[in-house]
Amino acid sequence: MNLAIYFMEATYLTASILFILSLKMMSHPDTARRGMFLAEAGMFAAIVGTLVGTQIVSWVWIIAGLAVGSIIGGWMAVTVPMTAMPQRTALSHAFGALAAALVGIGEFVVKAHEMGTVTRGALGFEVMLGALTTTGSLIAAGKLQGLIAGKPIQFRGQNALNLFIFLGMVTSFAYFWAHPEVVAAFYTMLGLAFVFGVMLVIPIGSADMPVVMSLLNSYAGLAAAATGFVLGNNVLIIAGTLDGFSGFILSVLMCKAMNRSITNVLFGGFGSVIAEASADAGGVMREINLEDAAMQLAFANRVVFVPGYGLATAQAQHAVRELAELLEGRGVTVKYAIHPVAGRMPGHMNVLLAEANVPYSALYEMEQINPEFPSTDVAVVIGANDVVNPDARDNPKSLIAGMPILEVDRAKSVIVLKRGQGRGFSGLENPLFFKPCTSMLYGDAKSTLSHLAQAVQRV
Amino acid sequence: MNPAALIASVYVFALAAFLGYQVISRVPPLLHTPLMSATNAISGISLIGSLVLAGAKGYPLPAHILGFVAVTTATINVVGGFGITDRMLKMFGKRKPEAAKAPAKGAAQ
Repeated sequence: MNLAIYFMEATYLTASILFILSLKMMSHPDTARRGMFLAEAGMFAAIVGTLVGTQIVSWVWIIAGLAVGSIIGGWMAVTVPMTAMPQRTALSHAFGALAAALVGIGEFVVKAHEMGTVTRGALGFEVMLGALTTTGSLIAAGKLQGLIAGKPIQFRGQNALNLFIFLGMVTSFAYFWAHPEVVAAFYTMLGLAFVFGVMLVIPIGSADMPVVMSLLNSYAGLAAAATGFVLGNNVLIIAGTLDGFSGFILSVLMCKAMNRSITNVLFGGFGSVIAEASADAGGVMREINLEDAAMQLAFANRVVFVPGYGLATAQAQHAVRELAELLEGRGVTVKYAIHPVAGRMPGHMNVLLAEANVPYSALYEMEQINPEFPSTDVAVVIGANDVVNPDARDNPKSLIAGMPILEVDRAKSVIVLKRGQGRGFSGLENPLFFKPCTSMLYGDAKSTLSHLAQAVQRV
Repeated sequence: MNPAALIASVYVFALAAFLGYQVISRVPPLLHTPLMSATNAISGISLIGSLVLAGAKGYPLPAHILGFVAVTTATINVVGGFGITDRMLKMFGKRKPEAAKAPAKGAAQ
């Protein structure tokens, strides 16, 4: 071992430590940003270490790749709006997984014959996970961006076909493992993994995206960890595992917040069963006009805003903050209630409200805010539906029975901002809208909120 | 990979998984989006594997080209991921008094 290699290994060790520290500092918003600087330093060190410690013979491709990647990445970092964060994240899962898959393919092209059994197994995992995460994430990004219909795409025999593709993929993996000289087995596995990624995500509806995003996050991380096994590189194993487990923990949290299992999300095709379970919500929805709503808000003591995906689509985060500030100016206590699966990815609502300068001390998690609803004068639901559906609590036959909800129906009065009279993404009827304490305010969330603000000023 | 190296790697994997679980379960839901974007940037460390493929001795041209694409996508993740995470975390750092005076961009219309 010469000096350069010692140096490289030292940078890898440093990077590993810095990565773990940076994630530890993520546990509080005050330290999180400093933590990320550590991670960046670690990444930089590892890159320099690699360039020094490896015998690089052709710099052209490296420099070109770094330059093109930096330009695109930098452009994305600066221009992507916060409302597009779910798409951006899905896309980055795709990029990360693709990089892992390509490294695997490259290793296969160059070194397949000299690989041991273990390495070959890891390589198969890497390429398989990488490939299916790439296409799966691209489909997810397409759905989130609205390029592909957000509704679940389903057909008869879908699960059977998926099982068939999955088995085909696993069989070719096994064959490649046993017979590395059969090149076709490797490429069959690769192709089937690409197809399987697509098949895995198309039957999943938009409302389930938080789970899918977390799962893809996990897969992308595990693909990177598998790369570490192939290359015998510890920092890759550590960073990939951290990413993989982070995604896994988030998936579990998201599933819990919907009271569903991962298998149910992946193969249940939620939202396709629509109509039957939600026949008779009955009653009438009571509409309210702006002035009355403004009056209610202005003379309330406690107001809780409940944002959902509708807030993101209407880009209403600034408008809600302005209204909240006006109310606070009148002595109203304003809080925000955030459901774990509100929006399209974990923490989606928090980021949007933070962008609009809402202090994070005003954002409350479900468990913290639920006991406060009975003493809340007005709960304002902005483009949220399933997360406030009392059926989840009261009706054991409901499709979302058992899902923990924000209990806005316990507030003294509820104002629901909604685009139209239609049902939510899951297609379920929401009895909240028919309760006597609820009044509906139809229209685009952003303009409704700014009109409300004007009306509050006139009160 | 010889058995000793494999066992060492499995140790690293298991310990990293354990540590990751401990560290990440302490991250509040408030920061889950930045967390996802940060871990994503960190797993862009597969960049170092791509660098080797793109330019190291003993790899033929097709590998270099695959490596080039991999370097590009991994770099997009590292640069884009860290950049966007920082943008988000900056927003969470803001305090109330500062928030009051900053005019909202979305206020127009």
